[in-house]
Amino acid sequence: MRIAVASGKGGTGKTTVAVALSMAVSEKVLYADCDVEEPNGSIFLRPEISRTEKVLVEVPEIDEEKCISCGKCAKFCQFNALVSLGTPPLVFPELCHSCGGCAIVCPTDSISWKKVSIGEITVGSADSGRVSVIQGKLNVGSSLAPPVIRQVKSHIADDILTVIDCPPGTACPVIESLDGADYVLLVTEPTPFGLHDLILAVDTVRVLGMPFSVVINRFDEGDDGVENYCKNEKIHIMAKIPHRRSMAEVYSRGGILFDAIPEMLDLFKSIPQMIERGIEVE
Amino acid sequence: MKEIVVISGKGGTGKTSITGCFAALAENAVLADCDVDAADLHMLLAPEIISRNDFISGNEAIVREDDCTGCGVCKKNCKFDAIEVTPEGKYRVNPFSCEGCMVCVEVCPVKAIDFPPNHCGEWYFSHTRFGPMVHARLGVAQENSGKLVSTVRLEAAAKAKELNKDFVIVDGPPGIGCPVIASITGADLIVVVTEPTISGRHDMKRVLQLAQHFSVPACVIVNKWDINPEMTEVIEADARNSSAEPLGRIPYDRAFTVAQINGRTLVEETTGESVEKITTIWEKVCQKLK
Repeated sequence: MRIAVASGKGGTGKTTVAVALSMAVSEKVLYADCDVEEPNGSIFLRPEISRTEKVLVEVPEIDEEKCISCGKCAKFCQFNALVSLGTPPLVFPELCHSCGGCAIVCPTDSISWKKVSIGEITVGSADSGRVSVIQGKLNVGSSLAPPVIRQVKSHIADDILTVIDCPPGTACPVIESLDGADYVLLVTEPTPFGLHDLILAVDTVRVLGMPFSVVINRFDEGDDGVENYCKNEKIHIMAKIPHRRSMAEVYSRGGILFDAIPEMLDLFKSIPQMIERGIEVE
Repeated sequence: MKEIVVISGKGGTGKTSITGCFAALAENAVLADCDVDAADLHMLLAPEIISRNDFISGNEAIVREDDCTGCGVCKKNCKFDAIEVTPEGKYRVNPFSCEGCMVCVEVCPVKAIDFPPNHCGEWYFSHTRFGPMVHARLGVAQENSGKLVSTVRLEAAAKAKELNKDFVIVDGPPGIGCPVIASITGADLIVVVTEPTISGRHDMKRVLQLAQHFSVPACVIVNKWDINPEMTEVIEADARNSSAEPLGRIPYDRAFTVAQINGRTLVEETTGESVEKITTIWEKVCQKLK
C-alpha cells in the first residue's frame, strides 16, 4: 500500500507526519521523499546511505554542420527551449522538457541527445534496516522537479508499505507525487491559511479521485474552521496532533514527533490498518 | 521602482505574514502574490477585485476518438506516459500527465489530435487598503505555474510604473523549482524568511544558492528565533557566508496566528516586540534598496 502525505500549504507538518508514520509501524516500510526541491525527511530519519545515482534528462544537441537553420525545431518547441534567428538554434537546456519533438521535426536529422544531470537520488536505510529511505534532490538552478520525482517513484516496489512525502502546493510536482498512491493523508493546521490551502488540496485529490483523510497539526492552537469544514464535507479526521512548544524545539534539533508527544505513537501505529479498512469500505 | 521578493525555501516559516506586514508598512507599493498554487496573501489584505483575467498558457492535446485509427504512434512517442488505451482500442490523453509538448499532434498519421489553448487559471487586479494588488489562482492540478508567476510579476511591475510606485512587494512560493525561479530572476532584492530548525537551515542554504546562481542580492530574517537560539546563530553565520545580510530576528509570537484569524496583518493587530522588529527590518530593506 502506498500512502501519500500531502498538503496545500507548506510547513504544516507533512514531513513530521510522514516520518512519524514510518517510525511508528513495526513492519518494513519505504519512505520516499518526493519533496525534491526541499527534501527534509533524511534530517529526521538519518539513513545510512548505501548508494546515490544521478537524475539524467536528455536535451538536444545541434550538429551545426548538418543544420540548415530552417528554424522548424524552435517553432515547434512549446517550452521556448530552442531559439533560432536565421541561425542554428541556441539551446536553453533548463527550459527543455525532453519531449523529443525538435528531433522529430528536424528535416536534416541534425539533432542528437545529450544527457544532463538535474538532480540526485540517494538510497539508504534507517531504524536498523527496517525503514528504506529514497530521497530525490533537485539541483539548485534546475527548474523541473517532475523527472526527479518520477525517478524516486521508480524505486518503489509494490509489496512494501510505502510512505510518500509530497511537495507543498497543488501544481505538477504534487500531481506527479500523488500518481499511483492508494491513499492520501492531507496535513493541515487550524488557521485561515491552513483551511484555505486544505480546500485547494481537497479539490485536487477529489479531481484525481483518490481516497483521503485529514491530519490536523497543532489542532489546539488556532480556530475551529478546519474541523467545521471537515464536518460539513464529511471528511474523516485521521489524527489531531496537539500543539506543544517542546515539539517545536524537538523538531528544530531533528527529533521526531514521539520524542515530544509519545502518546501519539499508538494512533500512528494503527493508521495503515485504519486506511486498509477504509479502502475496503469505499 | 524596486522589486522585493519574499521567499523561504521551506514552507510555513511566515513568508506571507511578513509580506503582509511589509505591505502595511510600505507607503507606496504594488503587492503581488506569486505563490499561485496556494495563494494566501489575499486573506490578510482582503483585495477588492477590479478585473479578472483568464490565464491561457500552453495547449492541451485531445484525441478525436471518431477519427483515431488506434495505430498507437502517439503513445509510442509520448515521453510523459500521458496516452492511454480506451476500452474500444483507441487512444486518449490523460490531461494530468500531458505536458503539452505537441509531439503526439505532430506524429499522428491521420491528424486526429486537436491542440486547443489551455485555460490554466485566472489572474486578478485588485485594490487593497495598502494599495494595488496583482494575484492569481492556478486551476486545480494545472501546469504552467512558472508562466503564471511571470504574468503576475509583469502585470505588477507595469502597474507600479503606471502609478509611479516605489516598490513591488512579492510574496513568493516555497521550494527552489520553476515557480521560484520565475519569481526571483531579475528582482532587486530577495528577503529569505527562515526558522531556526535543521530543515529551515537546510532549505535556506538552497534558496541562497539559487539567489547566487541567478545573481540576485539576498538578505535573511530568522522568524521564531527563540525556539532555538543556537541554531539562529548558526543560520545567521551561514547567511553571511552566502553574502546575505541577516536583517533581524522575530520572536515566536502567537499574535501572528491571532492576526491571521482576524484577517489583519500583525502591525495592525498589535504593538510590541515583534512589530518593532519587523518595522526595523523593513527600514533596513528600504535602506538596502537606496
